[in-house]
Amino acid sequence: MPLLLALVIWLVCLALALPFFTRTWWFPVAISEHARQVDTQFMFTLVVTGVIFIVAQLALGYVVFNYGRRRSGAATYSHGNNTMEVLWTSATAILFIGLTIMGGSVWARVHFMGAPPGAIPIEVTGQQFVWNMRYAGPDGKFGALDIRQINDAGGNPLGVDSKDPAGKDDIVVPTMAVPVNRPVELILRTKDVTHSFFVPELRLKQDTVPGMTIRIHFTAETVGKYEIACAELCGLGHYKMRSFLEVMEPADFEKWLQKRSTR
Amino acid sequence: MAELAPAHAAHAHAAPTGFIRKYIFSLDHKVIGLQYYFLALVAVFVGMALSLLMRWHLVWPQSHMGWLEKLFPAGAAGGVMTPELYLSLMTMHGTIMVFFVLTTAPQSGFGNYILPIQIGAEDMAFPTLNMLSFWVTFVGFVVLIAAFFVTGGAPLSGWTAYPPMSALPEAGPGEGAGQTLWIVSLALFSAASLLGALNFITTTLDLRARGLSLMRMPLTCWTWFVTAILGLLAFAVLLAAGVLLLMDRIAGTSFFVPAGLVVSDRVINHSGGSPLLWQHLFWFFGHPEVYIAILPGMGVVSQVISTFSRKPIFGYRAMVFAILAIGALGFGVWGHHMFISGMSPYSAMAFSVLTMSIGVPSAIKTFNWIGTLWGGKIRFTTPMMFAIGFVSVFVTGGLSGMFLGQPPVDLFFHDTYFVVAHFHMIMGVASIFGIFAATYYWFPKMFGRMMNDPLGKLHFWITFIGVYAVFGPMHYLGLIGHPRRYAEITGVNYLAQSHPLHLFMTIAALITVGAQLIFLFNLFWSMFKGKKAEMNPWEATTLEWTVPSPPPHDNFAGAHPVVYRGPYEYSVPGAPKDYIMQNDPEPAKAAH
Amino acid sequence: MADAKVEAVTAGAWSGGAEPYAVKSKKLGMWLFIISDALTFSALLVAYSYVRVANKWPTPFEAGAVINATVMTFVLLSSSVTMVLAVSAAHRGLRSLAVKWIGATMLGGVLFDILHGREWLHLIEEGVTPFGNPWGVPLFGASFFTLTGLHMLHVTCGVIYLGVVAAGFGRGKFESLDVEVSGLYWHFVDLVWMFIFPLVYLMSNRMI
Ligand code: HEA
Ligand code: HEA
Ligand code: CUA
Ligand SMILES: [Cu+2]
Repeated sequence: MPLLLALVIWLVCLALALPFFTRTWWFPVAISEHARQVDTQFMFTLVVTGVIFIVAQLALGYVVFNYGRRRSGAATYSHGNNTMEVLWTSATAILFIGLTIMGGSVWARVHFMGAPPGAIPIEVTGQQFVWNMRYAGPDGKFGALDIRQINDAGGNPLGVDSKDPAGKDDIVVPTMAVPVNRPVELILRTKDVTHSFFVPELRLKQDTVPGMTIRIHFTAETVGKYEIACAELCGLGHYKMRSFLEVMEPADFEKWLQKRSTR
Repeated sequence: MAELAPAHAAHAHAAPTGFIRKYIFSLDHKVIGLQYYFLALVAVFVGMALSLLMRWHLVWPQSHMGWLEKLFPAGAAGGVMTPELYLSLMTMHGTIMVFFVLTTAPQSGFGNYILPIQIGAEDMAFPTLNMLSFWVTFVGFVVLIAAFFVTGGAPLSGWTAYPPMSALPEAGPGEGAGQTLWIVSLALFSAASLLGALNFITTTLDLRARGLSLMRMPLTCWTWFVTAILGLLAFAVLLAAGVLLLMDRIAGTSFFVPAGLVVSDRVINHSGGSPLLWQHLFWFFGHPEVYIAILPGMGVVSQVISTFSRKPIFGYRAMVFAILAIGALGFGVWGHHMFISGMSPYSAMAFSVLTMSIGVPSAIKTFNWIGTLWGGKIRFTTPMMFAIGFVSVFVTGGLSGMFLGQPPVDLFFHDTYFVVAHFHMIMGVASIFGIFAATYYWFPKMFGRMMNDPLGKLHFWITFIGVYAVFGPMHYLGLIGHPRRYAEITGVNYLAQSHPLHLFMTIAALITVGAQLIFLFNLFWSMFKGKKAEMNPWEATTLEWTVPSPPPHDNFAGAHPVVYRGPYEYSVPGAPKDYIMQNDPEPAKAAH
Repeated sequence: MADAKVEAVTAGAWSGGAEPYAVKSKKLGMWLFIISDALTFSALLVAYSYVRVANKWPTPFEAGAVINATVMTFVLLSSSVTMVLAVSAAHRGLRSLAVKWIGATMLGGVLFDILHGREWLHLIEEGVTPFGNPWGVPLFGASFFTLTGLHMLHVTCGVIYLGVVAAGFGRGKFESLDVEVSGLYWHFVDLVWMFIFPLVYLMSNRMI
């Protein structure tokens, strides 16, 4: 029994850990500086917790095996050992606090700073169960919104105010395109309930909260087409509230915008 | 207050006669403990059934189940489960498991039954209040289940019920009457838990036997005590949040709903509120709640590991300190559920530091368990197997929390299956293992018979391997960025690669849940046919083992036990046996 | 030696035995209830402050309303004084005197409820509902009715509870401890009002 239990603990934990080494299921590619930093922080955490995981499970299996097969003699009479307590308490504290501080700097870099100047603003509005992306158009200004003018069927899902001249050239589309290597600032809103804007490749996720306007920014470095998912439960269609992010060469991006603004 | 006379006031109350006073509206803490236990047992099987339906749907979304239509005519028209039905099953699964299983069995169930005996009391401090708590909890459960059968069905906003979804009937099916019932149920549950908590605290402080100083209490009593404090403070806030949400729904207020929303093409006539307010209130309750779920399990595991290692617990004082530290820190970390909710990114840092520091007392506990086993003479009984299993899954589940506690990493993992993996490992498995360990350990005391050991071991093996198989792969789903609460995996292309994992998990879940029938059978069979249990079958040291199995009506038959030593005096050198009971006046031969 | 140690431990206040802290269970239970109820109210007050800060809050309470609320405060405070007298009489064993003072306390509670009810009716006449009011921000009415309503519920329950205690104590069924414990509850309800009065009334007055 002791050997069996130790072996089962070890094998089960090994099986759990293995795919972390083989990377059969792994993060999608990272397409921004920020995404790579997140991955680095993840790897640090993985190494620290991985070592603890292995040591703790090995130790557990070992004591079970070693002290489980004992037949003769009595158990050791001991109420503990204060040196050991202090030792492992401080070791854990240092490790975990260290991780926290490192992680903090990654967090600070994106979340404590605004978008760099010249970032392209895109307004993202969540809605059960689609994403609406709004570009300001040539004038660089978003038009005012008026919820009474919302008309999904009529092609005005956001209710862009027809009386506001700034809104005349606004482009509202269901998918997002951005030029490569250019900072982009997202202005996140929602029409109804809470959603969450999630692009795995950017390691970017942000809830869109009713009543709030939240700004985040990113710079995509690899051309390609990526999926945008909704990550916050928003109702029965939550699972299919999907859109695309196309990262394009700047020239293609201009063409893409052009095509949509002439319509 | 007046009629809720304390048990010890003058004399022990006489044993009641008649079925109703004895088993239904009983004032005896042992009967109430069992009532809670069986309520949790019913709840856990309902919860498991729901989880199987969910798992099934994730893999075979189109499969046709005629009987499902009979149960849920709207949600499964034509026998095929709709996404909204999936979400309402998920909501109910989470709610039932968290509240009616994990808050009910370990604390109210075992705590009620064992705590008074372990501290040498005749009953809880307020027996009538105790009975009231149970019946209010019971009504809460009935109200929750009723949500399935109202128009629109059960709510689909998850066990966290974020507004505005949970505040607006327009937000989807199930957000009508079902959601209202959900809130009422939780309000009832909160009120009952508050009353239960104040009863536990008073009992622990006031009714201990002579000589049972706080630092001589079994660790189980410490965890029930601290859990009660957490419950007293946390449920008070959930109650307030529930009142506000209910007002939003039925009185037209808008605490949680801001202006300018358009839901299902309807302009919502609310303004001024904030959805984040709910999240703060909910998680201020919610995080302590998860420690409410695990602390009693930790106590049981300490008790069981010490008993069957035949060793005193390693570092009793450090264990008590860790319990208190986990309880205290638990109130300062709620923001880690809200890193990307739109809350200030600066406060995220503060929450992160506090969250990560909870790893320290948890590490103390883990190492002390291993330290207790070290040098022991281990007896592999079924409760011991589950206690050892607990340590393994607690480490696994706790370490994934260390990823989530860091805002930049949580950024990716938030609301993915990585979180689902984390909380199932530590809550759906570790805490549940605590219940199993407690059941196998105290069954002889509660029913006067032993549970069948080979069947118990079989149950352990399948469950231990099974839960790793069900919840281990969820970590990998998290890595690929698989969002949680997805009714199907067909909506987003990159989820196609997750299909084999989902299939594997569903099969593992079917087997694991199936194995719980072994447990159920063992439980009921042993109740009537098991081997008769002696007073102290495990040769353990705490006070519950000094009374007959099952204990008489007022536990000590009018006697007042006196305690002379700490709770875990095993293998004391020079002692005649390898354990010394807490109430044994014989001084230990060798001073240490 | 070990015996001496046992003795040392069993003799101290922390050592167990019935009510080692010399706090009666009923009293401790009531204190715990108060802690938890205080937290419920705190959460509501936090929510109230949260929505108050987030919105342009109206200041509809004119002198009349504030004076009314001040009178209510006075009534409630006086009822706390009579409650203190009731407890003291109960401890001295003067049963009928204690019952009389409890009666006075109950009267204070009822008067408070009446004044409060009048205030409510007045506001309702002016068009204040949980979901709207003449001065904008609908949450004003919502939080007003939620907070004061819950408090009123506490006062009403308190009056009933005091009635039960008074009846029981008068007939010798209860001890003076029961009166003391009910007093704790009453003072708590009074204290909560001391938060609601400035936060809801004084801060929303239109006098200055
Ligand atoms: C029993 C329940 C339980 C317990 C005990 C915990 C324990 C912990 N939880 Fe968990 N958690 C949940 C239940 C629980 N959690 C639930 C239900 C959710 C999801 C709610 C929802 O959204 O639906 C959740 C979600 C959750 C989140 C939010 C994720 C998200 O939504 O994005 C976070 C983030 O920080 C977190 C962190 C932690 C941490 C740090 C601990 C720590 O307490 C863990 C501490 C333990 C260890 C660290 C392991 C043991 C230690 C060692 C082996 C020592 C190491 C040694 C050395 C370093 C030398 N949890
Ligand atoms: C205690 C908590 C608990 C437990 C035990 C479980 C058990 C299980 N859970 Fe659950 N789960 C939650 C808590 C729990 N879950 C929560 C909080 C959510 C989130 C809901 C939300 O998002 O809102 C969730 C969500 C959730 C999802 C994610 C849904 C989604 O995001 O789309 C899935 C998917 O597979 C799942 C599966 C399972 C399975 C297969 C089981 C099992 O059935 C596995 C087998 C069960 C056992 C091994 C335990 C048996 C125990 C006993 C027999 C004890 C008996 C004794 C007494 C109680 C007295 N659960
Ligand atoms: Cu939108 Cu989920
Ligand atoms: Cu938490």
